[in-house]
Amino acid sequence: MSAPRDKFGRPIVVVTGMGVVTSLGTGKTDNWAKLTAGESGIRTISRFPIESLKTTMAGTVDFIPVEPFTSSGLSERLAELATEEALEQSGIGRKGDFPGPLFLAVAPIEVEWPQRMELGRAIGKQEIDYNDMLRVSGGGKFVAYHRRFQLGSVADYLADKFGTKGSPISLSTACASGATAIQLGVEAIRRGETDIALCVAAEGSVNAEALIRFSLLSALSTQNDPPQAASKPFSKNRDGFVMAEGAGALVLESYETATARDAKILGVVAGCGELTDSFHRTRSSPDGKPIIGCVKKTLADAGMTPEDIDHINAHGTATPENDKMEYQAISAVFGERAKQIPVTSNKSMVGHTISAAGAVEAIFSLLTLEHQRIPPTINYENPDPTILFDVVGNKARDARVTAVMSNSFGFGGQNASLILTREPA
Amino acid sequence: MSATPALKGEPAEVWITGIGLATSLGEGLDANWDALQAGRVNVDEKSFAPYVVHPWMQVNFDTQIPKKGDQRQMEAWQRIGTYAAGLALESAGVKGNKEILGRMDMVIAAGGGERDLAVDCSILTTQAKGNAAPGLLNEQLMSGLRPTLFLAQLSNLLAGNIAIVHGVCGTSRTFMGEEAAGVDAARIALARIAAGQSDIALIGGSQNGERKDVLVLYEFGDYNLRDKHTGVWSRQPRGGFAVGSAGAFLVIESKEHALARGAKPFARLTKVVGDHSRRKQPEDVTVTLRKLWSELGPIGPGGAIITGATGVEPVTAGERSFLAEHADFAVRATGTSFGHLVEAQFPLGLVLAAMSISRGALFPPNDSSGFEIEMSKPPAQIVVVGAGHWRGEGMALVEAIR
Repeated sequence: MSAPRDKFGRPIVVVTGMGVVTSLGTGKTDNWAKLTAGESGIRTISRFPIESLKTTMAGTVDFIPVEPFTSSGLSERLAELATEEALEQSGIGRKGDFPGPLFLAVAPIEVEWPQRMELGRAIGKQEIDYNDMLRVSGGGKFVAYHRRFQLGSVADYLADKFGTKGSPISLSTACASGATAIQLGVEAIRRGETDIALCVAAEGSVNAEALIRFSLLSALSTQNDPPQAASKPFSKNRDGFVMAEGAGALVLESYETATARDAKILGVVAGCGELTDSFHRTRSSPDGKPIIGCVKKTLADAGMTPEDIDHINAHGTATPENDKMEYQAISAVFGERAKQIPVTSNKSMVGHTISAAGAVEAIFSLLTLEHQRIPPTINYENPDPTILFDVVGNKARDARVTAVMSNSFGFGGQNASLILTREPA
Repeated sequence: MSATPALKGEPAEVWITGIGLATSLGEGLDANWDALQAGRVNVDEKSFAPYVVHPWMQVNFDTQIPKKGDQRQMEAWQRIGTYAAGLALESAGVKGNKEILGRMDMVIAAGGGERDLAVDCSILTTQAKGNAAPGLLNEQLMSGLRPTLFLAQLSNLLAGNIAIVHGVCGTSRTFMGEEAAGVDAARIALARIAAGQSDIALIGGSQNGERKDVLVLYEFGDYNLRDKHTGVWSRQPRGGFAVGSAGAFLVIESKEHALARGAKPFARLTKVVGDHSRRKQPEDVTVTLRKLWSELGPIGPGGAIITGATGVEPVTAGERSFLAEHADFAVRATGTSFGHLVEAQFPLGLVLAAMSISRGALFPPNDSSGFEIEMSKPPAQIVVVGAGHWRGEGMALVEAIR
C-alpha cells in the first residue's frame, strides 16, 4: 500500500469527484462518449444576431435555460451543474455542507448589453449619455443587477448553495484559469490548511461583445462553414481558436482522508507548475523559455522526468502561434520523445472554454487515464509539417496511459501545467 | 528556491519589506503620510455630481512605466496599478533585480477595466432613435472599439502588465470579488510563504474612481455617496461610499529570505483571515468580525485598528457594534481620506499599518463624530479590517518586528 505522503513529504492530492458540462452535453458520460467518437460541439451561433461578424460560430451551451439570460447567469448555472455532479460522485459532506474551501475560475463579470439597453429604454430620451444612465440606475429598481454583476456573484451563489467554508476565491489567469483553480486547491491541501477543496471553473461568455473583443484581436477562427471543421489544432491551415462555453468541477482531497472514508479515487494531481511570460500581452516569448520553464517546474513538482509522461493533453488552441510554440517548448523539454508521446487537443471538439478549459481538460485527462483511451484531435486533415507531435488524429486511440500532462497557456502570459496520474507514486 | 519545497515544521515568519502607494492624496509614502497628518482630503464633488469621488492625483507615469507603448496599451486602472507596483518593488530594493523578480510570485486583486463610454452611449442613442436592425450592435462594437481596449479591460492583465513592465515572473494569480479579493490576495500569498511554497510575493490592487461605468454599477444598489463628502462614521442613515483612486502594493517575503539579501522590513504580516457571512441580519457581520478577531492570535489592549469600512449600511453599523467592543483601540477609517478602493481597500490598510508601525506612530484621526480616538504610543500591533459593502469580511494582524 502506498504511503499517504509524496516523495517530498507533502500530502498526496487525489480526485474523488468530477463534473463537466460542454457544448457536447451535460455530464461525464455524454461528454466522454461524444469526445471519443470525435463529435464536435461547435455550431453556428443562434443566441444573438451574427450579421456583420467575422466569426459566426462557437461552442455555446444552448441546452441549459437561464432566465433572464445573462452570461454571468449562464456561467453560474454551468458551474452549479458541474459541481452537483462532482459532489454526487465524491459523496463528501452533506447537502449544503462542503467541508472545505471553494476556488472558482470564472470570466470577469460586468454589466451586459441586454441590461444596459434596458437602462437605455428607461431613460426616455433620444440622445443618451452616462449621466442619463446614472439618473435612472438608482432607487432600487435595478438592485438585482448590482448583485448579478458583482465579480464575486457566482462564487457567492456556489458558496451559499454548497456550503463551502471560509472566503470563496474567484480567480482569473485567462486561459490558464481552470488549471489555476486546481493548483490553488492542491496547494491548500499540501500545506495542511484543509483536507478537501472544491475547484470549479466555468465559462458562459459567448455574447456579442466578448466574441467581438477576441475577433478584434484576430484571435478567432473565421472558417465558419462548416462550423464543426473550424477548430484545427496542429493543422497547416489552422487560423485561430473557437470560443466555447462549459464548466468543470473537481473535488480534491488528501489521499489519507479519501482512503479513510473509502472514497473511490479517480486520479491523482501529481504535479502543478506555473510560470509567467513577460514578453507580450497576447503573444508568447519567441524563445519559448516561459513555457519550457513551466513544463519543467511541473515535472519537478511531480518528482518526474520527461520519460514518465506518456500522454500530453495539449493547450492546442489552433492559433497559428500557440500550436507552434507548444511544439517548440515540448520538444525542448522532451527531446526526441516529443515526436513519440501521443498528443491531443480537446479544443478541436469542444472549442476553447477559456476560463473553464484547464479544469474541463483535466477532467478529460482523468477520463483518459480511467478508460485508457485518448480522444482524437479532429479536423486533422492537413497536418502542419513543422509540428512533429504524434497527434492522435481524427480517431480515438487506445493506449497505455499512466501520466498525462495537461497544458494551459493564457493571454497575459500566465502559463500553467498539471500532471495527472491514476495511482499515487 | 526549489520548485518542490518540502513542508517545513514551523511556519515561516513573513515580513513586509516593500510598500508602494499612490492615491488621491499624492504619490509615495511621505506625501500620503503628510496628507494624513494634516487631515487633508481630496474630493471632487462637481465633475461627477451628485456623486462624490476621490480623483487621481497625476503622476509622471514615465518613472515607473518607461515605454509610452506600454502606457498606451493600458487605461487608468492598469496604469495606476502598474505604477504603484513599481513603487513597492523599489521600496523593497528589488527593482531591476532579475534574479529575484524572475521568481517573485504575484497575487493581484482586480476588478475590470474602463469601458469606452462614447461607444456605449452611441449604441444606446441608436437604440433610442428606433434603429433596431439586427446586427447593428455588432457593427457599432466592431467599428467603435479599439482592438486593444479588451487588454486594458481584462482583470488578469494588471498582473500581465506588471510582469511585462517590471519583470515579475514567478507564479501569477489574479483574484476577483470586490473587497474580499484584496483580503484573499494577502491571505493566500502569506499562507504560501509561511508554508514554504513561496519565498517572496507582490500583492496589491488599484482602482480608478473617476469612472461613470463603475458609478452605474454601485448606483444600482444606491451605494454612492451623494452631494458632500463626510467622514465614514457620519453618513447615517442613508450611508454610502465615495469611490477612490489609488494603487496600493506590498512586497512580502519570508524572514529568512529577507535576512539573506539584507532587506529592511517595515513590519511583520502575522496573520490574514477571511470569511463570507450570509448577512441575513446586520448582527451577522458583528458575529463574523468577532470570530475573525479571535483567529488572529494574541492581541494586547489599547492597540490600533485600520478599517476599510465603506460607510454603506447596514454593514457599517454591524462593524461599529464590533468596534465598540474594542473601545480602547484607536480606529482609523481609510474610506474617509482615500475613498472606497474596493479590491485595493485591504491592501491600502496593510500599507498604512506597515507605515505606521515603521514610523512609530498611528496617523491622526479624521473624524468629526469623535469615534476615532487619539493614540499617543507607537503601535506594536495593528489590526486591519475589511468588510465588503455587500459580501466578504477579512482581518489581518500586522506587528512590529521584535
